[in-house]
Amino acid sequence: MAELEMRQVYCQTLSELAEKDSRLVILEADLMKSSGTFPFKEKYKERAVECGVAEANMVGIASGLSLQGFIPFAATFGCFASRRAFDQFFISSNYAKLNVKLVGTDPGVAAVFNGGTHMPFEDIGLMRMIPKLVISEPSDPVSLKSIVKLMYEYDGCCYLRMHRQAVDKIYSENEKFELGKSKILKDGKDVTLVSLGAIMLKQTLMAADMLEKDGIKATVIDALSVKPLDADTISDSVKKTGIVVCCENHQIDGGLGISVAKMLLDKQINFKIGYIGINDSFGQVGTLDFLLSQYNLTAKDIYKKVKELCK
Amino acid sequence: MKDFLKMEKFASEARKNCLYCIANLGVGHVGGALSIIEILTYLYNEEMKNLNPSNPNAEDRDMLVLSKGHSGPALYSVLAMKGYFPMAWLATLNKGGTNLPSHCDRNRTPGIDMSTGSLGQGLSAACGMAYGALLKKNNQCIYCIIGDGETEEGQNWEAAMFASANGLDNLIGITDYNKLQIDGTVEEVSGLKDLEKKWTSFGWEVFSCNGHDFSDLEKVFSKCHEKNGKPKMIICNTVKAKGFPRLENKIESHNSKITLDEVKELYKGEVVEWLN
Repeated sequence: MAELEMRQVYCQTLSELAEKDSRLVILEADLMKSSGTFPFKEKYKERAVECGVAEANMVGIASGLSLQGFIPFAATFGCFASRRAFDQFFISSNYAKLNVKLVGTDPGVAAVFNGGTHMPFEDIGLMRMIPKLVISEPSDPVSLKSIVKLMYEYDGCCYLRMHRQAVDKIYSENEKFELGKSKILKDGKDVTLVSLGAIMLKQTLMAADMLEKDGIKATVIDALSVKPLDADTISDSVKKTGIVVCCENHQIDGGLGISVAKMLLDKQINFKIGYIGINDSFGQVGTLDFLLSQYNLTAKDIYKKVKELCK
Repeated sequence: MKDFLKMEKFASEARKNCLYCIANLGVGHVGGALSIIEILTYLYNEEMKNLNPSNPNAEDRDMLVLSKGHSGPALYSVLAMKGYFPMAWLATLNKGGTNLPSHCDRNRTPGIDMSTGSLGQGLSAACGMAYGALLKKNNQCIYCIIGDGETEEGQNWEAAMFASANGLDNLIGITDYNKLQIDGTVEEVSGLKDLEKKWTSFGWEVFSCNGHDFSDLEKVFSKCHEKNGKPKMIICNTVKAKGFPRLENKIESHNSKITLDEVKELYKGEVVEWLN
Protein backbone atom coordinates (compact mmCIF):
# COMPACT_ATOMS: atom_id res chain seq x y z
CA MET A 1 0.00 0.00 0.00
CA ALA A 2 1.20 3.49 -0.77
CA GLU A 3 2.42 5.37 2.25
CA LEU A 4 1.44 8.99 2.68
CA GLU A 5 2.83 11.39 5.23
CA MET A 6 0.08 12.32 7.62
CA ARG A 7 1.31 15.92 7.89
CA GLN A 8 1.01 16.30 4.11
CA VAL A 9 -2.56 15.11 4.33
CA TYR A 10 -3.19 17.56 7.19
CA CYS A 11 -1.80 20.47 5.18
CA GLN A 12 -3.55 19.47 1.95
CA THR A 13 -6.89 19.07 3.69
CA LEU A 14 -6.66 22.45 5.42
CA SER A 15 -5.54 24.08 2.18
CA GLU A 16 -8.55 22.67 0.35
CA LEU A 17 -10.89 23.92 3.06
CA ALA A 18 -9.17 27.30 3.19
CA GLU A 19 -9.69 27.74 -0.54
CA LYS A 20 -13.44 27.79 -0.03
CA ASP A 21 -13.59 29.38 3.41
CA SER A 22 -11.63 32.50 4.30
CA ARG A 23 -12.39 31.91 7.98
CA LEU A 24 -9.95 29.01 8.17
CA VAL A 25 -6.59 29.98 9.67
CA ILE A 26 -3.70 27.93 11.01
CA LEU A 27 -1.35 28.68 13.89
CA GLU A 28 2.08 27.30 14.54
CA ALA A 29 4.62 27.64 17.33
CA ASP A 30 7.86 27.39 15.35
CA LEU A 31 7.01 23.88 14.15
CA MET A 32 5.59 24.65 10.73
CA LYS A 33 8.27 22.45 9.23
CA SER A 34 7.34 19.55 11.52
CA SER A 35 3.60 20.00 11.03
CA GLY A 36 4.11 20.18 7.27
CA THR A 37 2.18 23.41 6.88
CA PHE A 38 4.69 25.52 4.91
CA PRO A 39 2.67 25.00 1.68
CA PHE A 40 -0.35 26.50 3.46
CA LYS A 41 1.71 29.53 4.45
CA GLU A 42 3.03 29.97 0.93
CA LYS A 43 -0.49 30.05 -0.44
CA TYR A 44 -2.46 31.78 2.29
CA LYS A 45 0.29 33.94 3.79
CA GLU A 46 -1.04 35.84 6.78
CA ARG A 47 -3.69 33.19 7.37
CA ALA A 48 -0.81 31.06 8.65
CA VAL A 49 -0.05 32.66 12.00
CA GLU A 50 3.48 32.08 13.27
CA CYS A 51 3.46 32.43 17.07
CA GLY A 52 7.05 31.48 17.80
CA VAL A 53 8.06 29.15 20.61
CA ALA A 54 5.13 30.20 22.78
CA GLU A 55 2.42 27.54 22.81
CA ALA A 56 0.34 29.08 25.59
CA ASN A 57 0.23 32.34 23.68
CA MET A 58 -0.64 30.47 20.47
CA VAL A 59 -3.70 28.91 22.08
CA GLY A 60 -4.76 32.32 23.43
CA ILE A 61 -4.35 33.89 19.99
CA ALA A 62 -6.37 31.05 18.46
CA SER A 63 -9.11 31.83 20.97
CA GLY A 64 -9.06 35.51 20.01
CA LEU A 65 -9.27 34.59 16.33
CA SER A 66 -12.24 32.38 17.11
CA LEU A 67 -13.91 35.34 18.82
CA GLN A 68 -13.55 37.17 15.52
CA GLY A 69 -15.31 34.34 13.67
CA PHE A 70 -12.25 32.56 12.33
CA ILE A 71 -11.80 28.78 12.52
CA PRO A 72 -8.29 28.27 13.89
CA PHE A 73 -6.28 25.03 13.70
CA ALA A 74 -3.33 25.41 16.07
CA ALA A 75 -0.65 22.73 15.96
CA THR A 76 2.36 21.80 18.03
CA PHE A 77 3.86 18.66 19.55
CA GLY A 78 1.26 16.91 21.70
CA CYS A 79 3.33 17.34 24.85
CA PHE A 80 3.20 21.14 24.48
CA ALA A 81 -0.39 21.23 23.26
CA SER A 82 -1.46 19.42 26.41
CA ARG A 83 1.03 19.89 29.22
CA ARG A 84 2.24 23.38 28.30
CA ALA A 85 -0.93 25.06 27.10
CA PHE A 86 -3.51 23.18 29.15
CA ASP A 87 -4.88 26.09 31.18
CA GLN A 88 -5.02 28.32 28.11
CA PHE A 89 -6.91 25.68 26.15
CA PHE A 90 -9.10 24.95 29.17
CA ILE A 91 -10.05 28.55 30.00
CA SER A 92 -9.50 30.74 26.93
CA SER A 93 -10.82 28.17 24.44
CA ASN A 94 -13.12 25.65 26.13
CA TYR A 95 -14.51 27.47 29.17
CA ALA A 96 -15.07 30.48 26.90
CA LYS A 97 -16.99 28.10 24.57
CA LEU A 98 -15.04 29.08 21.49
CA ASN A 99 -14.20 27.18 18.34
CA VAL A 100 -10.54 26.24 18.59
CA LYS A 101 -9.03 23.12 17.02
CA LEU A 102 -5.85 22.12 18.82
CA VAL A 103 -3.58 19.60 17.13
CA GLY A 104 -1.06 17.61 19.16
CA THR A 105 1.44 15.78 16.97
CA ASP A 106 3.85 12.94 17.77
CA PRO A 107 1.54 11.02 20.06
CA GLY A 108 3.12 8.87 22.76
CA VAL A 109 6.25 7.05 21.65
CA ALA A 110 6.06 8.57 18.16
CA ALA A 111 8.40 11.31 19.42
CA VAL A 112 11.23 8.66 19.23
CA PHE A 113 14.59 10.50 19.29
CA ASN A 114 13.13 13.60 20.94
CA GLY A 115 12.67 11.40 23.98
CA GLY A 116 10.90 11.71 27.29
CA THR A 117 10.56 15.50 27.30
CA HIS A 118 8.62 15.32 24.04
CA MET A 119 6.43 12.27 24.64
CA PRO A 120 2.82 12.96 25.44
CA PHE A 121 1.80 9.89 27.41
CA GLU A 122 -0.87 11.87 29.25
CA ASP A 123 -2.41 14.24 26.70
CA ILE A 124 -5.59 12.17 26.37
CA GLY A 125 -5.91 11.96 30.14
CA LEU A 126 -5.66 15.73 30.45
CA MET A 127 -7.90 16.50 27.50
CA ARG A 128 -10.57 13.97 28.50
CA MET A 129 -11.16 16.02 31.64
CA ILE A 130 -12.22 19.07 29.65
CA PRO A 131 -16.03 19.14 29.50
CA LYS A 132 -17.54 18.56 26.06
CA LEU A 133 -14.19 18.55 24.26
CA VAL A 134 -14.13 16.38 21.11
CA ILE A 135 -11.00 14.21 21.00
CA SER A 136 -9.93 12.07 18.08
CA GLU A 137 -6.87 10.20 16.88
CA PRO A 138 -7.08 9.16 13.23
CA SER A 139 -5.33 5.97 12.20
CA ASP A 140 -4.47 6.58 8.54
CA PRO A 141 -4.42 9.30 5.88
CA VAL A 142 -8.04 8.73 4.85
CA SER A 143 -9.42 8.94 8.37
CA LEU A 144 -7.20 11.95 9.07
CA LYS A 145 -8.50 13.85 6.06
CA SER A 146 -12.07 13.11 6.98
CA ILE A 147 -11.68 13.91 10.67
CA VAL A 148 -9.96 17.24 9.94
CA LYS A 149 -12.94 18.13 7.74
CA LEU A 150 -15.41 17.00 10.41
CA MET A 151 -13.62 19.06 13.06
CA TYR A 152 -13.67 22.08 10.74
CA GLU A 153 -17.44 21.66 10.32
CA TYR A 154 -18.06 21.11 14.04
CA ASP A 155 -18.74 24.28 16.00
CA GLY A 156 -16.72 23.82 19.18
CA CYS A 157 -13.32 22.93 20.53
CA CYS A 158 -11.53 19.79 19.37
CA TYR A 159 -8.26 18.05 20.14
CA LEU A 160 -6.72 16.18 17.23
CA ARG A 161 -4.03 13.70 18.27
CA MET A 162 -2.05 13.37 15.08
CA HIS A 163 0.76 11.11 13.97
CA ARG A 164 2.64 13.11 11.36
CA GLN A 165 4.79 10.47 9.70
CA ALA A 166 3.85 8.15 6.84
CA VAL A 167 1.55 5.29 7.79
CA ASP A 168 -0.28 2.56 5.91
CA LYS A 169 -3.59 3.36 4.36
CA ILE A 170 -6.36 1.43 6.11
CA TYR A 171 -9.51 2.84 4.58
CA SER A 172 -10.72 3.29 1.03
CA GLU A 173 -11.09 6.86 -0.14
CA ASN A 174 -14.90 6.76 -0.02
CA GLU A 175 -15.14 5.55 3.59
CA LYS A 176 -17.46 7.75 5.65
CA PHE A 177 -16.52 8.84 9.17
CA GLU A 178 -18.34 10.58 11.99
CA LEU A 179 -17.01 12.34 15.08
CA GLY A 180 -17.67 10.07 18.04
CA LYS A 181 -17.78 6.92 15.90
CA SER A 182 -15.33 4.07 15.67
CA LYS A 183 -14.83 1.53 12.85
CA ILE A 184 -14.96 -2.24 13.02
CA LEU A 185 -12.11 -3.51 10.89
CA LYS A 186 -12.43 -7.21 11.66
CA ASP A 187 -15.26 -9.19 13.18
CA GLY A 188 -14.57 -12.06 15.56
CA LYS A 189 -16.47 -13.79 18.35
CA ASP A 190 -13.76 -14.42 20.95
CA VAL A 191 -12.19 -11.12 21.95
CA THR A 192 -12.63 -7.40 21.27
CA LEU A 193 -9.49 -5.42 20.56
CA VAL A 194 -10.01 -1.67 20.76
CA SER A 195 -7.12 0.23 19.23
CA LEU A 196 -6.26 3.89 19.11
CA GLY A 197 -4.06 5.58 16.53
CA ALA A 198 -1.94 4.46 13.61
CA ILE A 199 0.94 2.97 15.58
CA MET A 200 -1.26 0.75 17.75
CA LEU A 201 -3.64 -0.21 14.97
CA LYS A 202 -0.77 -1.81 13.07
CA GLN A 203 0.24 -3.82 16.16
CA THR A 204 -3.35 -4.73 16.93
CA LEU A 205 -4.05 -6.05 13.43
CA MET A 206 -0.86 -8.11 13.59
CA ALA A 207 -1.93 -9.47 16.99
CA ALA A 208 -5.33 -10.40 15.59
CA ASP A 209 -3.60 -12.44 12.85
CA MET A 210 -1.40 -14.18 15.42
CA LEU A 211 -4.45 -15.02 17.54
CA GLU A 212 -6.31 -16.35 14.54
CA LYS A 213 -3.57 -18.91 14.01
CA ASP A 214 -4.38 -20.16 17.52
CA GLY A 215 -8.07 -20.30 16.66
CA ILE A 216 -8.96 -17.11 18.58
CA LYS A 217 -11.09 -14.83 16.49
CA ALA A 218 -10.81 -11.15 17.36
CA THR A 219 -13.00 -8.19 16.62
CA VAL A 220 -10.74 -5.24 15.88
CA ILE A 221 -12.19 -1.80 16.52
CA ASP A 222 -10.35 1.30 15.39
CA ALA A 223 -11.57 3.64 18.15
CA LEU A 224 -10.77 6.88 16.26
CA SER A 225 -12.77 8.89 18.78
CA VAL A 226 -11.76 9.10 22.43
CA LYS A 227 -14.44 11.59 23.37
CA PRO A 228 -17.23 11.05 22.87
CA LEU A 229 -16.51 7.35 23.13
CA ASP A 230 -18.38 5.15 20.66
CA ALA A 231 -20.07 3.28 23.51
CA ASP A 232 -22.56 1.39 21.35
CA THR A 233 -20.08 -0.15 18.94
CA ILE A 234 -17.66 -1.15 21.68
CA SER A 235 -20.25 -2.45 24.15
CA ASP A 236 -22.16 -4.39 21.47
CA SER A 237 -18.95 -6.20 20.62
CA VAL A 238 -17.96 -6.87 24.25
CA LYS A 239 -21.45 -8.24 24.95
CA LYS A 240 -20.64 -10.91 22.36
CA THR A 241 -17.00 -11.61 23.19
CA GLY A 242 -16.90 -10.98 26.95
CA ILE A 243 -13.23 -10.02 26.71
CA VAL A 244 -11.80 -6.67 25.70
CA VAL A 245 -8.21 -5.48 25.36
CA CYS A 246 -7.62 -1.78 24.80
CA CYS A 247 -4.44 -0.87 22.95
CA GLU A 248 -3.12 2.65 23.17
CA ASN A 249 0.10 4.58 22.77
CA HIS A 250 -0.61 6.51 25.99
CA GLN A 251 -0.44 6.14 29.75
CA ILE A 252 -2.95 3.51 30.90
CA ASP A 253 -4.15 5.81 33.67
CA GLY A 254 -6.46 8.38 32.12
CA GLY A 255 -6.41 6.80 28.70
CA LEU A 256 -8.82 5.10 26.33
CA GLY A 257 -8.86 1.77 28.20
CA ILE A 258 -9.99 3.34 31.46
CA SER A 259 -12.69 5.19 29.57
CA VAL A 260 -13.85 1.92 27.96
CA ALA A 261 -13.83 0.10 31.32
CA LYS A 262 -15.96 2.77 32.97
CA MET A 263 -18.42 2.75 30.10
CA LEU A 264 -18.77 -1.06 30.27
CA LEU A 265 -19.17 -0.98 34.06
CA ASP A 266 -21.83 1.70 33.72
CA LYS A 267 -23.68 -0.57 31.30
CA GLN A 268 -23.31 -3.49 33.75
CA ILE A 269 -21.91 -5.80 31.13
CA ASN A 270 -19.94 -8.87 32.26
CA PHE A 271 -16.47 -8.55 30.86
CA LYS A 272 -12.79 -9.16 31.40
CA ILE A 273 -10.47 -6.35 30.40
CA GLY A 274 -6.80 -5.99 29.59
CA TYR A 275 -4.84 -2.81 29.09
CA ILE A 276 -2.03 -2.35 26.61
CA GLY A 277 -0.47 1.04 27.20
CA ILE A 278 2.30 2.78 29.06
CA ASN A 279 2.29 1.65 32.66
CA ASP A 280 3.08 4.57 34.97
CA SER A 281 6.32 5.50 33.23
CA PHE A 282 8.06 8.48 31.69
CA GLY A 283 9.23 8.50 28.10
CA GLN A 284 12.77 7.98 26.82
CA VAL A 285 14.71 8.06 23.55
CA GLY A 286 14.91 5.16 21.14
CA THR A 287 13.71 3.83 17.84
CA LEU A 288 10.02 3.14 17.49
CA ASP A 289 10.67 -0.61 17.63
CA PHE A 290 12.73 -0.24 20.80
CA LEU A 291 10.10 1.92 22.46
CA LEU A 292 7.20 -0.35 21.49
CA SER A 293 9.10 -3.24 22.98
CA GLN A 294 10.23 -1.30 26.06
CA TYR A 295 6.68 -0.25 26.97
CA ASN A 296 5.05 -3.58 26.02
CA LEU A 297 3.08 -2.13 23.14
CA THR A 298 3.90 -4.73 20.49
CA ALA A 299 1.62 -7.20 18.69
CA LYS A 300 3.24 -9.92 20.79
CA ASP A 301 2.28 -8.10 24.01
CA ILE A 302 -1.30 -7.79 22.82
CA TYR A 303 -1.32 -11.46 21.85
CA LYS A 304 0.01 -12.47 25.28
CA LYS A 305 -2.52 -10.31 27.09
CA VAL A 306 -5.39 -11.90 25.17
CA LYS A 307 -4.09 -15.39 25.86
CA GLU A 308 -3.93 -14.62 29.59
CA LEU A 309 -7.50 -13.36 29.59
CA CYS A 310 -8.74 -16.34 27.57
CA LYS A 311 -7.40 -18.86 30.11
CA MET B 1 -13.29 69.60 24.26
CA LYS B 2 -14.80 66.55 25.86
CA ASP B 3 -17.35 66.86 28.62
CA PHE B 4 -15.17 65.89 31.56
CA LEU B 5 -17.83 66.88 34.08
CA LYS B 6 -20.22 64.38 32.54
CA MET B 7 -17.56 61.69 32.76
CA GLU B 8 -16.84 62.59 36.38
CA LYS B 9 -20.51 62.16 37.15
CA PHE B 10 -20.69 58.84 35.32
CA ALA B 11 -17.60 57.55 37.13
CA SER B 12 -18.93 58.66 40.47
CA GLU B 13 -22.16 56.79 39.80
CA ALA B 14 -20.29 53.72 38.53
CA ARG B 15 -18.12 53.69 41.65
CA LYS B 16 -21.20 53.87 43.84
CA ASN B 17 -22.89 51.04 41.92
CA CYS B 18 -19.74 48.95 42.11
CA LEU B 19 -19.39 49.44 45.86
CA TYR B 20 -23.03 48.63 46.52
CA CYS B 21 -22.75 45.62 44.21
CA ILE B 22 -19.85 44.18 46.24
CA ALA B 23 -21.19 45.30 49.64
CA ASN B 24 -24.52 43.66 48.90
CA LEU B 25 -22.64 40.37 48.67
CA GLY B 26 -20.36 41.34 51.54
CA VAL B 27 -17.01 40.49 49.98
CA GLY B 28 -15.16 41.03 46.73
CA HIS B 29 -12.27 42.42 44.75
CA VAL B 30 -12.82 45.99 45.84
CA GLY B 31 -9.32 47.32 45.20
CA GLY B 32 -8.77 46.40 41.58
CA ALA B 33 -12.36 47.19 40.67
CA LEU B 34 -12.28 50.73 42.01
CA SER B 35 -8.89 51.46 40.46
CA ILE B 36 -10.24 51.07 36.91
CA ILE B 37 -13.56 52.94 37.21
CA GLU B 38 -12.32 56.03 35.35
CA ILE B 39 -10.58 53.93 32.70
CA LEU B 40 -13.79 52.01 31.99
CA THR B 41 -15.84 55.19 32.09
CA TYR B 42 -13.60 56.75 29.47
CA LEU B 43 -13.58 53.62 27.30
CA TYR B 44 -17.36 53.16 27.27
CA ASN B 45 -18.31 56.83 26.97
CA GLU B 46 -15.63 58.29 24.76
CA GLU B 47 -13.27 55.79 23.31
CA MET B 48 -14.81 52.57 22.07
CA LYS B 49 -16.68 52.74 18.75
CA ASN B 50 -19.73 51.01 17.30
CA LEU B 51 -21.00 49.74 20.64
CA ASN B 52 -24.63 48.82 20.74
CA PRO B 53 -26.05 47.54 24.05
CA SER B 54 -29.02 45.99 22.27
CA ASN B 55 -26.67 44.13 19.92
CA PRO B 56 -23.62 43.50 22.11
CA ASN B 57 -22.01 41.18 19.55
CA ALA B 58 -22.11 43.58 16.59
CA GLU B 59 -19.31 42.51 14.30
CA ASP B 60 -17.63 45.87 13.77
CA ARG B 61 -17.59 46.90 17.43
CA ASP B 62 -14.46 47.75 19.33
CA MET B 63 -13.80 45.01 21.88
CA LEU B 64 -12.45 44.91 25.40
CA VAL B 65 -10.70 42.06 27.17
CA LEU B 66 -10.67 42.68 30.90
CA SER B 67 -7.76 40.34 31.48
CA LYS B 68 -7.77 41.09 35.19
CA GLY B 69 -11.12 39.32 35.24
CA HIS B 70 -11.55 39.67 38.99
CA SER B 71 -12.45 43.33 38.46
CA GLY B 72 -15.72 42.18 36.91
CA PRO B 73 -17.94 44.24 39.27
CA ALA B 74 -16.44 47.50 37.94
CA LEU B 75 -17.20 46.52 34.37
CA TYR B 76 -20.65 45.21 35.30
CA SER B 77 -21.53 48.58 36.84
CA VAL B 78 -20.48 50.39 33.68
CA LEU B 79 -22.23 47.91 31.35
CA ALA B 80 -25.44 48.10 33.38
CA MET B 81 -25.35 51.90 33.27
CA LYS B 82 -24.85 51.74 29.51
CA GLY B 83 -27.93 49.53 29.17
CA TYR B 84 -26.43 46.13 28.41
CA PHE B 85 -28.58 44.54 31.12
CA PRO B 86 -30.88 45.68 33.94
CA MET B 87 -29.32 47.50 36.88
CA ALA B 88 -31.07 44.99 39.15
CA TRP B 89 -28.59 42.32 38.01
CA LEU B 90 -25.98 44.11 40.14
CA ALA B 91 -27.76 42.73 43.20
CA THR B 92 -27.02 39.17 42.03
CA LEU B 93 -23.21 39.25 42.03
CA ASN B 94 -21.85 35.76 42.72
CA LYS B 95 -25.20 34.40 43.81
CA GLY B 96 -26.01 30.92 42.47
CA GLY B 97 -27.18 31.07 38.86
CA THR B 98 -26.17 34.72 38.44
CA ASN B 99 -25.18 36.30 35.15
CA LEU B 100 -22.55 38.30 37.01
CA PRO B 101 -19.80 36.02 38.34
CA SER B 102 -16.84 37.62 40.11
CA HIS B 103 -14.64 36.84 37.09
CA CYS B 104 -15.86 37.85 33.64
CA ASP B 105 -17.67 35.21 31.59
CA ARG B 106 -18.58 36.00 27.98
CA ASN B 107 -21.24 33.30 27.97
CA ARG B 108 -23.15 34.79 30.87
CA THR B 109 -22.94 38.55 30.63
CA PRO B 110 -24.05 40.70 27.68
CA GLY B 111 -21.21 43.04 26.73
CA ILE B 112 -18.40 40.85 28.08
CA ASP B 113 -16.21 40.11 25.07
CA MET B 114 -13.95 37.46 26.60
CA SER B 115 -13.97 35.10 29.58
CA THR B 116 -11.09 35.89 31.89
CA GLY B 117 -9.91 35.18 35.38
CA SER B 118 -6.92 32.92 34.90
CA LEU B 119 -4.44 35.77 34.94
CA GLY B 120 -2.09 36.33 32.05
CA GLN B 121 -4.32 34.96 29.32
CA GLY B 122 -6.25 38.02 28.20
CA LEU B 123 -3.56 39.77 26.21
CA SER B 124 -3.02 36.70 24.03
CA ALA B 125 -6.72 36.55 23.22
CA ALA B 126 -6.65 40.29 22.50
CA CYS B 127 -3.73 39.69 20.12
CA GLY B 128 -5.82 37.09 18.29
CA MET B 129 -8.76 39.50 18.11
CA ALA B 130 -6.52 42.30 16.82
CA TYR B 131 -4.87 39.99 14.30
CA GLY B 132 -8.32 38.87 13.19
CA ALA B 133 -9.45 42.47 12.74
CA LEU B 134 -6.45 43.13 10.49
CA LEU B 135 -7.22 39.96 8.50
CA LYS B 136 -10.80 41.17 8.06
CA LYS B 137 -9.46 44.58 7.13
CA ASN B 138 -11.92 46.33 9.40
CA ASN B 139 -11.28 49.29 11.66
CA GLN B 140 -11.93 47.59 14.96
CA CYS B 141 -9.75 48.54 17.87
CA ILE B 142 -9.07 45.94 20.57
CA TYR B 143 -8.50 47.04 24.15
CA CYS B 144 -7.06 44.90 26.91
CA ILE B 145 -6.77 45.85 30.56
CA ILE B 146 -4.13 43.97 32.51
CA GLY B 147 -3.19 44.25 36.15
CA ASP B 148 0.28 45.18 37.34
CA GLY B 149 0.50 42.03 39.46
CA GLU B 150 -0.86 40.10 36.50
CA THR B 151 2.05 41.40 34.44
CA GLU B 152 4.21 38.89 36.33
CA GLU B 153 2.59 36.12 34.26
CA GLY B 154 5.06 35.28 31.50
CA GLN B 155 2.36 34.79 28.90
CA ASN B 156 1.95 38.58 28.76
CA TRP B 157 5.45 38.87 27.41
CA GLU B 158 4.85 36.17 24.82
CA ALA B 159 1.84 38.19 23.70
CA ALA B 160 3.89 41.39 23.80
CA MET B 161 6.41 39.91 21.36
CA PHE B 162 3.71 38.58 19.07
CA ALA B 163 1.86 41.91 18.97
CA SER B 164 4.91 43.90 17.96
CA ALA B 165 6.22 41.24 15.55
CA ASN B 166 2.86 41.32 13.78
CA GLY B 167 2.43 45.10 13.83
CA LEU B 168 -0.84 45.04 15.76
CA ASP B 169 -1.36 48.79 15.85
CA ASN B 170 -5.07 48.24 16.44
CA LEU B 171 -4.31 46.80 19.88
CA ILE B 172 -4.30 49.08 22.92
CA GLY B 173 -3.10 47.58 26.18
CA ILE B 174 -3.90 49.32 29.43
CA THR B 175 -2.01 48.53 32.64
CA ASP B 176 -3.85 49.22 35.87
CA TYR B 177 -0.70 50.27 37.71
CA ASN B 178 -1.97 50.51 41.27
CA LYS B 179 1.28 49.03 42.61
CA LEU B 180 -0.31 46.59 45.01
CA GLN B 181 -1.05 42.89 44.80
CA ILE B 182 -2.22 40.15 47.17
CA ASP B 183 1.04 39.40 48.95
CA GLY B 184 2.41 42.93 49.14
CA THR B 185 3.47 45.80 46.96
CA VAL B 186 4.28 44.85 43.38
CA GLU B 187 7.88 45.87 43.92
CA GLU B 188 8.16 43.69 47.04
CA VAL B 189 6.57 40.68 45.42
CA SER B 190 8.30 40.64 42.08
CA GLY B 191 9.63 43.98 40.97
CA LEU B 192 8.31 45.29 37.68
CA LYS B 193 10.94 48.03 37.97
CA ASP B 194 10.77 50.27 34.92
CA LEU B 195 7.55 49.05 33.37
CA GLU B 196 7.60 51.69 30.65
CA LYS B 197 11.05 50.59 29.46
CA LYS B 198 9.99 46.96 29.52
CA TRP B 199 7.08 47.54 27.11
CA THR B 200 9.14 49.89 24.97
CA SER B 201 11.86 47.30 24.62
CA PHE B 202 9.25 44.81 23.46
CA GLY B 203 8.43 47.13 20.57
CA TRP B 204 5.31 48.79 21.93
CA GLU B 205 4.56 52.48 21.90
CA VAL B 206 4.12 53.37 25.55
CA PHE B 207 2.21 56.16 27.24
CA SER B 208 1.77 56.93 30.87
CA CYS B 209 -0.99 58.83 32.61
CA ASN B 210 -3.04 59.34 35.74
CA GLY B 211 -5.71 56.67 35.37
CA HIS B 212 -8.22 58.67 37.40
CA ASP B 213 -7.87 61.93 35.46
CA PHE B 214 -10.08 62.28 32.38
CA SER B 215 -8.08 65.07 30.86
CA ASP B 216 -4.97 62.90 31.14
CA LEU B 217 -6.78 59.85 29.81
CA GLU B 218 -7.99 61.83 26.82
CA LYS B 219 -4.47 63.01 26.05
CA VAL B 220 -3.05 59.51 25.88
CA PHE B 221 -5.98 57.77 24.20
CA SER B 222 -6.01 60.41 21.47
CA LYS B 223 -2.39 59.46 20.64
CA CYS B 224 -3.10 55.73 20.47
CA HIS B 225 -4.63 55.44 17.05
CA GLU B 226 -1.65 56.10 14.87
CA LYS B 227 -1.28 53.38 12.23
CA ASN B 228 2.45 53.02 12.77
CA GLY B 229 2.69 49.25 13.03
CA LYS B 230 3.13 49.37 16.80
CA PRO B 231 0.82 48.10 19.52
CA LYS B 232 0.16 50.69 22.22
CA MET B 233 0.44 50.35 25.98
CA ILE B 234 -1.03 52.92 28.32
CA ILE B 235 0.35 52.62 31.82
CA CYS B 236 -2.34 54.11 34.01
CA ASN B 237 -1.11 55.15 37.41
CA THR B 238 -4.00 54.34 39.69
CA VAL B 239 -4.88 53.96 43.34
CA LYS B 240 -6.19 50.63 44.52
CA ALA B 241 -9.66 50.91 46.09
CA LYS B 242 -9.84 54.54 44.91
CA GLY B 243 -12.80 56.28 46.51
CA PHE B 244 -13.29 53.89 49.41
CA PRO B 245 -11.23 55.51 52.17
CA ARG B 246 -10.98 52.55 54.55
CA LEU B 247 -9.21 50.42 51.95
CA GLU B 248 -7.73 53.04 49.63
CA ASN B 249 -4.14 52.19 48.71
CA LYS B 250 -4.14 49.27 51.11
CA ILE B 251 -2.80 45.80 50.26
CA GLU B 252 -5.79 44.14 51.94
CA SER B 253 -8.15 45.85 49.50
CA HIS B 254 -7.51 43.16 46.88
CA ASN B 255 -10.28 40.91 48.11
CA SER B 256 -11.98 42.30 51.13
CA LYS B 257 -15.14 42.25 53.18
CA ILE B 258 -17.21 45.40 52.99
CA THR B 259 -20.60 46.00 54.52
CA LEU B 260 -23.68 47.79 53.22
CA ASP B 261 -23.63 49.92 56.35
CA GLU B 262 -20.22 51.36 55.68
CA VAL B 263 -21.06 52.02 52.04
CA LYS B 264 -24.29 53.73 53.13
CA GLU B 265 -22.27 55.81 55.54
CA LEU B 266 -19.85 56.77 52.77
CA TYR B 267 -22.76 57.95 50.62
CA LYS B 268 -24.49 59.65 53.58
CA GLY B 269 -27.41 57.25 53.54
CA GLU B 270 -28.01 57.46 49.82
CA VAL B 271 -28.78 53.95 48.52
CA VAL B 272 -28.84 52.93 44.86
CA GLU B 273 -32.33 52.37 43.46
CA TRP B 274 -31.68 48.83 42.22
CA LEU B 275 -31.07 47.65 45.78
CA ASN B 276 -34.48 48.64 47.03
